[in-house]
Amino acid sequence: MQTILDLPTISQVSSPPQAVLSARSVSKLYQSSSLNVTAVDNLSMDVHPGEFVALVGPSGSGKTTMLAMLAALLKPTQGEVIIDGVNLSEMKETDRVRFRREKIGFTFQSNNLVPYLTVRENVEMMLMLNGRLDQAGRERALDLLERLGLADRLNSLPNQLSGGQKQRVAIARSLVHNPSLVLADEPTASLDSERAFQVVSIFADLIHEQKKAGIMVTHDLRMCIYVDRVIQMRDGKIEQVLNTRQEIDDLMACA
Amino acid sequence: MAFFLAFKEVWRNRGRFFLFSLVIALITTLVLFIAALAEGLATANREYFSKLDAELIVFQENVDLSANTSQIGRSLLPKIRNVEGVADAGAIGLSAAAVVSPVKGDKQVDVSLIGVEPDKPGAPPVVIGRELRSTLANEVVIDQKLARDLGVKPGDTIRIKTIQGIEDKFFNLRVIGVTDSREYLFRPSIFVPYRAWDQIRPQANPSIIKPELIFNIVAVQLDDPQQAAQVSDRIRAEVRNVDVSDVQTAIKAIPGYTAQQSTLNTQQVFTLLIGVLVIGGFFQIQMLQKVPQIGVLKAIGVSNLTVGAAAVLQIILVTTFGVLMGSVVTLALALGIPGNVPIIFDGTLVAIAIVSLLSIGPLGGLVTVRLAISVEPLIALGLSS
Repeated sequence: MQTILDLPTISQVSSPPQAVLSARSVSKLYQSSSLNVTAVDNLSMDVHPGEFVALVGPSGSGKTTMLAMLAALLKPTQGEVIIDGVNLSEMKETDRVRFRREKIGFTFQSNNLVPYLTVRENVEMMLMLNGRLDQAGRERALDLLERLGLADRLNSLPNQLSGGQKQRVAIARSLVHNPSLVLADEPTASLDSERAFQVVSIFADLIHEQKKAGIMVTHDLRMCIYVDRVIQMRDGKIEQVLNTRQEIDDLMACA
Repeated sequence: MAFFLAFKEVWRNRGRFFLFSLVIALITTLVLFIAALAEGLATANREYFSKLDAELIVFQENVDLSANTSQIGRSLLPKIRNVEGVADAGAIGLSAAAVVSPVKGDKQVDVSLIGVEPDKPGAPPVVIGRELRSTLANEVVIDQKLARDLGVKPGDTIRIKTIQGIEDKFFNLRVIGVTDSREYLFRPSIFVPYRAWDQIRPQANPSIIKPELIFNIVAVQLDDPQQAAQVSDRIRAEVRNVDVSDVQTAIKAIPGYTAQQSTLNTQQVFTLLIGVLVIGGFFQIQMLQKVPQIGVLKAIGVSNLTVGAAAVLQIILVTTFGVLMGSVVTLALALGIPGNVPIIFDGTLVAIAIVSLLSIGPLGGLVTVRLAISVEPLIALGLSS
């Protein structure tokens, strides 16, 4: 898939029309009385259905800030983010909240699950939030949890699960409401290597299979083995985009 | 969704929330008992005045509406009755005595000895037996609480003791009727005809010959209770050396009554304030622990309204359970409390206390709700605005 572009200005963007996510010349400037910091500087990218992209870079490179803007959690200082044809910059806060719960699925680094809800309830909560907790929704939740190897933990509480199991529940929750875009922030940060590979592998499979647009922020370059494209950031800018398997393998080998 | 989150959290952490409900239950018990004690003490102090079949009370002038200090001569009664707007007036004499027989063991029972005019304002209605008829007979109508405690009924005789000069004087009085509870100054009342009262009552120097019969106050019934202020003015104008008040003002003037009620009401308010702080503190600490979790919920699309409503519902749920538990415990304890403890659970006052207790939950939780709403979803990504 040769659709991911690293184009610094809007004039250079040539995204195919079917892109789920389009970021156009996005910048984020944090201002305070004594200091101005440009966390993201004029960054553009497209992600298409069934495409899994890794956003990598050292700490402070701006990848989490970029993810927050793509997730409608943060407004860009400049530029625009378009998801499913909707420009997030023009939305009111209440609309952004509704947009997040309908169109975006999340997996976070930690505190992913509601501690007093069972595995099944944590996943079905997304359906309830969207008013879609019907029979079909329940079956979809159950199916996802079975796919993720959690069929025997449906009634377990998060504190009865291992780190890997918790992340798999979070993956199920991020997909159950059939979002267009799935975002993961350091989903393997608290896992050992074996579980990390297992979790990202399942995540990638589901994104490919269900034709979602997926973006994963990670500092663990080994996880790039499962992604279709790697966008490497440094100082708020795109340092390089790795589009081919060979380029990605080379990056992992260097790491 | 808000109820789902609130209920699930409470249910899955029911041990912790039950313990906290117990704290609310204890506060509830305390508030209800203080309210009941306040009402019980107030009733024991004022009950006779509260049940007076009169709108106004006439006192001697310049005694600050102190019933026991006030002295009014019999000659003023016709003048008061002649004032326009006065339907009837009855003399009332107030003093203390002790029933010495029949009593259990050697203990005597302190009572309020009240002299009244038969068939006039101030004379009590009876629930058993008959009312007073003569103005001088050695007959008595007694408070039903006293009748129960002494085990006497109409037809029986009680023996009372008063101090006249330096001697104890004993009088046998035939019980002719039992009235409902009419305590005065924390003592059950016994009612005797006012001329008999004048002979029985404690006196420092009984040998002094008085020019006329003296009693303490006059209960005044009006033709039109709406005209109380105007009739009061007329009585003051037409009858010399008297002061007039409505019954409520007279009750507030009972020695210690206002101070006692203020003290108990202050205790009740402070207990409620403590409740607000305790509930606020508990939920605030809990919410602070949940900030990352709230951040995740907001990031995945849970609205501020839902998060805030969940917090409020949770507070209401726990507070209601605690208040319910406290009310049941109070009821159970009240059933076991001895009858001589002045506790009265008045329906209206209990309802006000319970509504106040139910209100302190959301009130105490306001800061918590504000905190829940202010949590940034960016926290889920380790960022803050």
